[in-house]
Amino acid sequence: MLRLVPAGAFLVLIGPVLAGLLGAALPAFGYLPAIGGEKLSLGPFGDLAAMPGLLRSCLLSLTIGLVTTALSYVIVVAFIAGWRGTALFRAMERLVSPLLSVPHAAAAFGLAVLIMPSGFLVRLVSPWATGWQRPPDILIVNDPLGLAMMAGLIVKEIPFLLLVSLAALPQIRAGQFGHVTASLGYGRIAGFVFGVLPALYRQIRLPVFAVLAYATSVVDVALILGPTTPPPLAVRILQWQADPDLAMRFVAASGALLHLAVTGLALLIWVFGEKAMARLCAVLQTAGRRGRDDKVWRHLAVTLISASAFIVLAGILLLALWSIAGLWRYPDLLPEAFTLNVWVRSLPGFAVPLANAVIIGIASSLAATAIALGALEYESRAGLTPTIRALVALYLPLLVPQIAFLLGLNVVFIWAHLDGRLAALVLVHLVFVFPYVLLSLSDPWRAWDRRYGLMARALRHGPDAVFWRIRLPMLLRPVLTAAAVGFAVSIGLYLPTLLIGAGRWPTITTEAVALAAGGNRRVIGATALLQALLPFAGFTLALVVPALLFRDRRAMRPAA
Amino acid sequence: MIKTLLAAPFLTASLALATLAPAAAQTPDPTNWDVVLSAARGQTVYFHAWGGEPRINDYIAWAGRTVKERYGVSLVHVKVTDTANVVSKILAEKAAGREEGGAVDLVWINGENFVALKDAGMLLDRPWANKLPNYRFVDVAGKPTVLTDFTVPVDGREAPWGMAKLVFFHDTAILADPPKSMAALLDWAKSDPGRFTYPQPPDFIGSTFLKQILYELVPDPAVLSRPADEETFKKATAPFFAYLDELTPYLWRQGRAYPQNYGAMRQLLADSEVDITFAFNPADASNAIANNELPDTVRSYVFDAGTIANSHFLAIPFNASAKAGAMVLADFLLSPEAQIRKQDPNVWGDPTVLDVAALGEDDRKRFAALDLGIATLPPEKLGLALLEPHTSWLKRLETEWARRYGVNQ
Repeated sequence: MLRLVPAGAFLVLIGPVLAGLLGAALPAFGYLPAIGGEKLSLGPFGDLAAMPGLLRSCLLSLTIGLVTTALSYVIVVAFIAGWRGTALFRAMERLVSPLLSVPHAAAAFGLAVLIMPSGFLVRLVSPWATGWQRPPDILIVNDPLGLAMMAGLIVKEIPFLLLVSLAALPQIRAGQFGHVTASLGYGRIAGFVFGVLPALYRQIRLPVFAVLAYATSVVDVALILGPTTPPPLAVRILQWQADPDLAMRFVAASGALLHLAVTGLALLIWVFGEKAMARLCAVLQTAGRRGRDDKVWRHLAVTLISASAFIVLAGILLLALWSIAGLWRYPDLLPEAFTLNVWVRSLPGFAVPLANAVIIGIASSLAATAIALGALEYESRAGLTPTIRALVALYLPLLVPQIAFLLGLNVVFIWAHLDGRLAALVLVHLVFVFPYVLLSLSDPWRAWDRRYGLMARALRHGPDAVFWRIRLPMLLRPVLTAAAVGFAVSIGLYLPTLLIGAGRWPTITTEAVALAAGGNRRVIGATALLQALLPFAGFTLALVVPALLFRDRRAMRPAA
Repeated sequence: MIKTLLAAPFLTASLALATLAPAAAQTPDPTNWDVVLSAARGQTVYFHAWGGEPRINDYIAWAGRTVKERYGVSLVHVKVTDTANVVSKILAEKAAGREEGGAVDLVWINGENFVALKDAGMLLDRPWANKLPNYRFVDVAGKPTVLTDFTVPVDGREAPWGMAKLVFFHDTAILADPPKSMAALLDWAKSDPGRFTYPQPPDFIGSTFLKQILYELVPDPAVLSRPADEETFKKATAPFFAYLDELTPYLWRQGRAYPQNYGAMRQLLADSEVDITFAFNPADASNAIANNELPDTVRSYVFDAGTIANSHFLAIPFNASAKAGAMVLADFLLSPEAQIRKQDPNVWGDPTVLDVAALGEDDRKRFAALDLGIATLPPEKLGLALLEPHTSWLKRLETEWARRYGVNQ
């Protein structure tokens, strides 16, 4: 049975993606018998090309994706390079989990109320410093270049890249390299970039690609912060998909294939960028400069990373404040009155979305953890090491733009009468949750000391007993943390729940984004806060349960 | 044991994926109300209604609790951002051959969305709304828009729910004398740029504002009640687009971004980003003031040449899973009790479709006792009611607007 798990995992990951792409490819060429498309033709592509502002939407998606990824990557690398081993670094490490657990939509809202012309930052300095009696008419949120959207994405991608880098650092002996480069006279950043980064980058390359693909195709952050005239390509595809003129569905499908090409182009440009950077580094390495004078860059890195953490936390605080605010006019720093009215009136309405989110989250994260455990156990029993092919398969759902294959998957599910069913929705969540769970579980799982297992085998216990009675209990904290990561990912999923759930399974995230474009900032604040608290609860459980279970076992306490 | 444990998720998944047979549903006959009530008990009605305004969501939640208590009907409010998406879903279901067990039981609808469903045969196969018990209270004589939805006859396929009239709001402390015509609006915008905007079409309030401009600038208003073709559209809208070309640079954010619905626009008024906002609900500002969202200096006004008025409805698709439950819900929402609560500006403030004078004495008294709110114009001050143009005008307007102003070069 265990032998089937890798094949099963493969199927779970690749199957829906391939089915979705097929489901999108056929209508893109005009074939969808259900709504009258009987013959293959290039008509939909022609209609797509006639859409106003199409090139601009594509360019927006491309640039937002590339700039977001590049900036997040540079900031994270500079921070690790400049501050590894310091107390500040350890403080940042502890912040990574809470920052990661804030869903993208909540972080985007928080940023919006912080930076908008009538937002908190402007109110801090108005009107005493700026003379602005009325908010300035500056286009900040929803700006046409997508800068606000890039900021909203960067503050969330930095913790993610930091997490994967931190996981990879111990394996590449960064400390020893650091000593060697320091003794050769290189500055901290230069030494890191020349000595450690090539090895580190090889480990985090796929997560970086995942960030790039996500940034080009994200919808919920685009709806909140992104440009509206025209919106990025993924938002427009969603609009065409939901158009009452059914002919637009062919256009949406061809748009999905176009988006695949746009994301592919972004990845290609990034790969070229890698090669160019490699050449540049090679030249710099032999140029003889030691880069000792990197104080400015180090301080810039820590300022930017602290700013990103501050933005997320301040945003959440502001949303909490808005949710209990009475009348709050510009330029007041605090509301005129506080009221719990909004919470009292809207909490009953949150019951169903919260319940749905929790049920789907628990189901998909438990299933993902079970499959991940099965795959890892199979790998360790068969003595295998993960191949590149397996890794790419793992990352495939994250590399293909969501809108592209979810659209097609929706068509497949409607045809199979599975749309709106809870099981279908959990399966689709599983596709996205599983890579993160496996990623966060693999390293601690493989790092377990096998001698415990050897001793048990020597005492005539079978491999099953080793798994259930020794390895799993010993690694309970990483397993629960991985499940909590999966839960957080599932809570934050917007597009899958929207498209596959067919409106029958509203979750707290779909509610929050539906309210996003509305004006009631108080209810938005309450919803975003609830949305941010759910993953936090998951992580707290992951900390508390092992602490309780093993409170009498000193050896099970986490190393300080 | 590990084998069974790993097999379990696969087994449950495959069991769950097995399709359940949808319950067969024939169209209930509302004249036989007891049969409808007993059929409705235990059903779950998926009510697809615009969910961008929390107080409307609260009202729907109250209605859900009440019908659950009294009739055993469970209500799930599916919050949609655009009713056109619901039309799309029903059309797709029809095209996929889903003749029963559809995802939508009741939809809050009017205008071009209703026409799209009616023309495609997506509505319930026979008239039902005018046979509901509470339909006898509807003011068909005094409120003609409950019988004709955007120039298309309703034919009893949708139940009227509320009245709407485009009303404007301003903060008297900031702008004491607001512009009351499109020409005056342009002059004011030029003198004080960046203080006016409208929701981005195809949002229904934004589209209505476009229709409002069209009414004031079209050379011959009579063409609007007839379908539009290429020729008439070009001729009629030439002054319209000339006006928008002139106005757009003086809008909020110079027209490079728009709020996405009227709630967002109202928040802009609260943030002092714009000076004027508008809504279909004459009591919207009073409601906002009561909820501490707007200062109490906000007042409402209408344009001198009149503003667009219409009704909004509830429709049942042909393949609804819970037809009886949907009828029970629609009938309850038409009841004097529900209509009184709906018109209360502390709850929602949406005007009633009922003929108040013809109600029983208690209900009449309760209607009269409603305090309309300090920012609400009384019905006699609401000005001339302009009828909705034919739906073909709006479709062309929206496409052309998206081409000219929806994309910044």
